Amino acid sequence: MVPTNYYLILSAVLFGLGIVAFIFKRNIITIFMAIELMLNAVNLAFVAFSQAFGKSDGEVFVLFVILVAAAEAAVGLGIIILTARNRRSLNVERVNLLKL
Amino acid sequence: MNASLGIFFVLAAVAVAGAVSLILQRHPIHCALSLIVVMVALAGLYLLLGAEFVAAVQIIVYGGAIMVLFVFVIMLLNAGEEERTNFSKIAAYAGIPMAVAVAGLIAAAIARSSLPPAQATTVLTSTKSLSMLLFREFVYPFELTSFLILVAILGAIVLAQREGN
Amino acid sequence: MSEFLHQYAFLIVPIIKVVILVFVVLTVDAYLTWLERKVIAHIQARWGPHRVGPHGLMQPLADGLKFIFKEDPLPASVDKPAYFIAPFITLMLAVTSLSVIPFGPQKFTLWGYQSSLGIADVNISLLVLFAITALGVYGVALGGWASNNKYSLLGGLRSSAQMISYELALTLSVVGVLLIAGDFSLRGIVEQQDTANLGLLSWNLFGFGHGYGFTQLIGFACFFLAAIAETNRVPFDLPEAESELVAGYHTEYASMKFAMFFIAEYTSMIAVSCLATILFFGGWLSPFPPSWTFAHYVPSLLLIPFGLWMIFDGIRYENIFGRILLPGIGTVLTLIGIALIVFPQANELFQGLFWFVAKVFVFLFVYIWMRGTLPRFRYDQLMSFGWKLLLPVSIANVVLTSAVILWRMHQ
Repeated sequence: MVPTNYYLILSAVLFGLGIVAFIFKRNIITIFMAIELMLNAVNLAFVAFSQAFGKSDGEVFVLFVILVAAAEAAVGLGIIILTARNRRSLNVERVNLLKL
Repeated sequence: MNASLGIFFVLAAVAVAGAVSLILQRHPIHCALSLIVVMVALAGLYLLLGAEFVAAVQIIVYGGAIMVLFVFVIMLLNAGEEERTNFSKIAAYAGIPMAVAVAGLIAAAIARSSLPPAQATTVLTSTKSLSMLLFREFVYPFELTSFLILVAILGAIVLAQREGN
Repeated sequence: MSEFLHQYAFLIVPIIKVVILVFVVLTVDAYLTWLERKVIAHIQARWGPHRVGPHGLMQPLADGLKFIFKEDPLPASVDKPAYFIAPFITLMLAVTSLSVIPFGPQKFTLWGYQSSLGIADVNISLLVLFAITALGVYGVALGGWASNNKYSLLGGLRSSAQMISYELALTLSVVGVLLIAGDFSLRGIVEQQDTANLGLLSWNLFGFGHGYGFTQLIGFACFFLAAIAETNRVPFDLPEAESELVAGYHTEYASMKFAMFFIAEYTSMIAVSCLATILFFGGWLSPFPPSWTFAHYVPSLLLIPFGLWMIFDGIRYENIFGRILLPGIGTVLTLIGIALIVFPQANELFQGLFWFVAKVFVFLFVYIWMRGTLPRFRYDQLMSFGWKLLLPVSIANVVLTSAVILWRMHQ
């Protein structure tokens, strides 16, 4: 059987890779995808704990996380489309009007 | 080394490979495809953990709706490849070993902690028990998320209108 | 050897079933194209293919050879990973969707491994089918985008938008059946329709006799229309119509990759027809109640005249090939029909599979019939039909079914 630790380590690794992608990429859509990757890593931890403790609460949380991520993706991508239209570029470094 | 452990390592390797590919690819559509691979691998891991309904919902909602939204937006905005950047060498040579060290430290801490031991056989969570939980204890957040989705739909419609409409 | 078989039976038996199923499905696909061309031709008062073999029966073979020997060009500026993956994804998903469909009621034990007539019998087979349908959008979207061609991109985006719109109506129209059956597994849904012994009337379409059933006519209508839109068939086939957008998302695909899209479309047609029979038409249940035991001879009654007709038709053929092939097949069918009358155990085994296949063929015939008779929707008509008519009607079906179930449960 697979120990729960293994799932948690995998979840932490995926979360870390999501952070790395978030920091190093410059395309707005890719950064948003890194956020989704982080959410998925957390979902994996939830389900692993749900199996370890024998209760299904973790899986209900995962359903809620997926629902909220769907709503967030819809609104976030709308904002991204508007920003891309305004600044005519998908590079986050170009969105710098407030910079000193 | 039994079958579950083998399947776990295969799926974990696929998930990590997809995540690394998300970082390394230049075109956003290839990053999106890598993320879809990660999500399908995670759905497989949920199946290994006995959460069959969550695995199906993961593929249907995440892989079949959210990522389709991403792919549509990438095609709509005609996103091209990323430009070359002035990459800081210090960040690469000092940052990556340090990140690996921190990750190793956390992994060691997790591996040594006392969590409930792995069960002998995977208990399949029946959809019936999940729905009992969802509609009895968690009915209030459930109704609130329906409001949330309605607000998100309205927000997306308002944001996507053309100016002067 | 026997030890090895017993130890690895959990792997070997599904592999054998997969091989048999893929072989059967690909053959059925090929002859479905033949059937389509013949039926549409006869609707349009002409013959279809009738030269290549007796009644054109070798036409799919000729088409297959053409696809193999044709040049497979690679346009220069396509996005290579996505261009190569798109037809593979579509074909792989279409064939995978057949793995969870139960074909018959029998369970058998082979080398100590108990299995049933269906490759995988999971608890959530309906959700697996929806997941595969949801992922099927990618093949189309990526194929259209990767071709680096504005017509392909437009066709791909239109087709994927159509598919995700009708996916909602598809999923919701099935919820009525789920409320009655209380089970996600397809085998459980058919077995639940089996609990009443009313034959035709106990199917979910009419819904008498089992549980707190309610007729699912509206659900079936929504499901069938949404399924036609999902598989991109007439009248919803604007994205791949030849007179509209060149050929839509598969413009830039030639020979083998186009064949993959083509086979995937027919396979998903078969999968959706199987799903419709299981959910609404009782799967492998016969339309006659089980108490009418004379109805067990209906398959033989249908097979023997058909076999005899094939023999007589083949003998009058002028070509030597037709004179051997058709009577040969006819003889085989007649012998099977006679064997079923003589051996009752074989008859019992054959019943479920026969009715299942018969119903699936009725649905496929309806699909082809619609292609021959109906004009296609314009794109905005298509989208407004999906969102403004089909989705509210599906939701109304869910509300109505749950209200009736609640009312009947309290009586």
